Amino acid sequence: MLKFLLGLALCLPLFARAALDPAALMPFAGEDSAAKAEAVTALAGNPDPQVDALFRALSGDSLFFLPDGRVVVFDGERYADAATGTSLASEPESPESVIVNNVVRGALESAVALRGLAAADPAARLAAAGVLKERADPGFLPALEAALDRETDPRVKDALSRTTALLQLASPDKAVRLAAIERLGASRDRNVRAALAPLAEAETDPALKAAFKSALDAIDFRLSVANFFTNVFSGLSLGSILLLAALGLAITFGLMGIINMAHGEMLMLGAYTTYVVQGFFRTHFPDALDWYPLAALPLAFLVAAGVGAVLERTVIRHLYGRPLETLLATWGLSLILIQAVRSIFGPQNVEVANPSWMSGAFEIYGVVLPYNRLVIIGFAFFVLAIVWFVLNRTRMGLYVRGVMQNRPMADAIGVPTARVDMMAFALGSGIAGLGGVALSQIGNVGPELGQAYIIDSFMVVVLGGVGQLAGTVVAALGLGEINKFLEPYAGAVLGKIAVLVLIILFIQKRPSGLFALKGRSADA
Amino acid sequence: MTNRRQFIQSVGALAGMAALPGGMVKTAFAAGKEPIKIGILHSLSGTMAISETALKNTALMAIDSINAKGGVLGRPVEAVVVDPASNWPLFAEKARQLLTQDKVAAVFGCWTSVSRKSVLPVFEELNGLLYYPVQYEGEELSQNVFYTGAAPNQQAIPATEYLMSKEGGSAKKFVLLGTDYVYPRTTNKILRAFLKSKGVPEASIMEEYTPFGHSDYQTIIAKIKKFSAGAKTCVISTINGDSNVPFYKELGNQGIKATDIPVVAFSVAEQELAGIDTKPLVGHLAAWNYFETIKNPENTAFVKMWKDYVKAKKLKDAPVTDDPMEATWIGIHMWKQAVEKAGSIEVDKVRKGMAGQTFKAPCGFTVKMDETNHHLHKPVFIGEVRADGQFNVVWKTKGPIRAQPWSPFIPGNEGKQKL
Repeated sequence: MLKFLLGLALCLPLFARAALDPAALMPFAGEDSAAKAEAVTALAGNPDPQVDALFRALSGDSLFFLPDGRVVVFDGERYADAATGTSLASEPESPESVIVNNVVRGALESAVALRGLAAADPAARLAAAGVLKERADPGFLPALEAALDRETDPRVKDALSRTTALLQLASPDKAVRLAAIERLGASRDRNVRAALAPLAEAETDPALKAAFKSALDAIDFRLSVANFFTNVFSGLSLGSILLLAALGLAITFGLMGIINMAHGEMLMLGAYTTYVVQGFFRTHFPDALDWYPLAALPLAFLVAAGVGAVLERTVIRHLYGRPLETLLATWGLSLILIQAVRSIFGPQNVEVANPSWMSGAFEIYGVVLPYNRLVIIGFAFFVLAIVWFVLNRTRMGLYVRGVMQNRPMADAIGVPTARVDMMAFALGSGIAGLGGVALSQIGNVGPELGQAYIIDSFMVVVLGGVGQLAGTVVAALGLGEINKFLEPYAGAVLGKIAVLVLIILFIQKRPSGLFALKGRSADA
Repeated sequence: MTNRRQFIQSVGALAGMAALPGGMVKTAFAAGKEPIKIGILHSLSGTMAISETALKNTALMAIDSINAKGGVLGRPVEAVVVDPASNWPLFAEKARQLLTQDKVAAVFGCWTSVSRKSVLPVFEELNGLLYYPVQYEGEELSQNVFYTGAAPNQQAIPATEYLMSKEGGSAKKFVLLGTDYVYPRTTNKILRAFLKSKGVPEASIMEEYTPFGHSDYQTIIAKIKKFSAGAKTCVISTINGDSNVPFYKELGNQGIKATDIPVVAFSVAEQELAGIDTKPLVGHLAAWNYFETIKNPENTAFVKMWKDYVKAKKLKDAPVTDDPMEATWIGIHMWKQAVEKAGSIEVDKVRKGMAGQTFKAPCGFTVKMDETNHHLHKPVFIGEVRADGQFNVVWKTKGPIRAQPWSPFIPGNEGKQKL
């Protein structure tokens, strides 16, 4: 039926080059989505430019139908008949929009791709061939074979040959099938495997059966390798997020020893700063909107550091050496900050969109690497480098370490300890603010954002060993990897529990964490 | 210095909030008429505030509109707003306070099933009336509760049928993905039994749960990809609350489009979409009994009233309407009609008055309160997400369908089908 329709559509332009058959457009005026999808598939092979206009209108939600059954295209100013392309004399009475659902949209994507194979630009042809990889209608086979014959670009040829091979599996010719199986053996796609497996089962011819087996084995090997590296990447990504969330705490809790329950709220402030900067860019620099996260970074640092400095001066400094009171006071501060943000921005989550350079992913040997996660991994190590540099290579870092190790001695040789405390707490808070910018790109931004990360942050710092930057890094990445290798087997809920149990057992064995401080400072 | 100012401002705001006397809302009415008090029991702080504040405001808007038209039985309606703060035991305490101290005629409230379960004994003990406006898992029937949201057969099952139909893409494999608590677990139990009754083999169903607030969906999406090979797959999502954002974001970034693997969600409506970037969601589905985009005069008026209300009261809620808001609106108006029919606010009389009550709802149909089972007869719509955060209705039932609070797909419910 489809082949017949396609053939019909191919012949049509010979008779009526300037107009489409109104009967072929009839389904668009109806309710039945499956019929619409079939109509789209049938029109795919028709070279009439009117079809391109129709498809554009369909994907842009600007196709309408009139009560008399005519289908019209709206280009923003006027309506034109979809069959002929001529503008309507007057504005139609009550145009109803043609509803496009997923079935129609899917058919439309592959139909547009089939037409895209004729494009002059090889990149466009490659993209079209990529879409057809996923879903090709058996009716497309003649058109695909023709496209493959005239194709010159090797990459497009490769992509097309896979699609045609998949369709050729049903060929009656044994040689064609053998070639198709061999071609598909070079794939790393689960869908290809799923298409081959039942055929291999049913195959009786020994030569073909052997070909099937070696093709399936080759695909399985590639899939398991890809699976392993996907897990490694997921773990690295989760680890980098934990690291960003915990780095600030590694300073305020790890180095300074303040049980800082308001740490999560510093992350939240960083995320809200990102939101405000995004809004500012939207209204003032819409052209540079894509770069708002970069502008948000220094601001988020300053906002969180500023709030941190104020908190330290007003509340926390009075509580040094009294861990229980600090715990309660910082917890209270966290509630105040949450409610303050809720009063200013409302209880709803706010929308922070990924800029276009952080959306999407690229695939390498079957492993999908989303850009936002790649950027965050890179950013985590960038922030880590900053923290390391500040603590180990600047005078202020020296003071901070000195004060933490022996306060009276540092005081005696003239280090302004009170100011160092404030600076260190502000630095920790500011780093948390930077983490908040990154978190806003992968999760929700709402008043309770910080609550979701506070437990994980403490877990990382405690596990890594209080006061040790290296410990924090190893703990964050290790937890990420363990979590991601456990999750496929245990599920998300049990996986999380299993990780907690592991941590408890580990802390029992080594109470001071992975990297314990040695020497006199450990007793301080 | 903005930090300090912000800080002081917010502290001031906090102090102001603490000073509000019980959250009473007074409306001017003819002197001498004793107002009828009704309770509003929605979380205004904590995790559920994101969803529930809009319902509180919808209730207040409905009350304003009823008062503007002369009130109920010639008496003004007065709202008593309390904040159970997303704290389930506090729901029960606040409910008791509303019924015994404030002596309210009816209570409108609750969102999560666990909060409803927590107040249920209080309403049964004190013979109060609760109007519950959210879709839920069923398996409950109290004579003290009127359920104006959907039961599973008015949302989950039609949505699954749609995905299995040719229109919906003839799905052959199903991923049941949810947050780990009572609503998703029960709904998925029903769906699994339903799919089995349709001849879907066990191997074609994958069930997966995540903790509340889960934000890393990498592994689950890799699993879905693996599972989806070879046959048309769809995801039926009962992920609740803001975990939906990282889920859809990851889905989009991993290159899974709605045309490949459509996701139908039961807890994502217009209010939830207002807080997120909708680009990665376009084409994914939601099943509800109401969408803002439905065209009819009742809905146009309802949407306009809400937009004006949000503006006039300077509310922080998004100026969009959604299904639970419509259910709240229907609930309050049906209560009014029932009180007028009974000529009294006495609970037993109002309950009788509710049976068979009808209301021309913004969904475009006249919905009816069932004579026996305390659930509404509601139409079902399936919508696809548009880029602007609204829904295109792609499928709907011919008319309202009757709720089955006791799902026939759960063993042991066979004797309860008459309800």
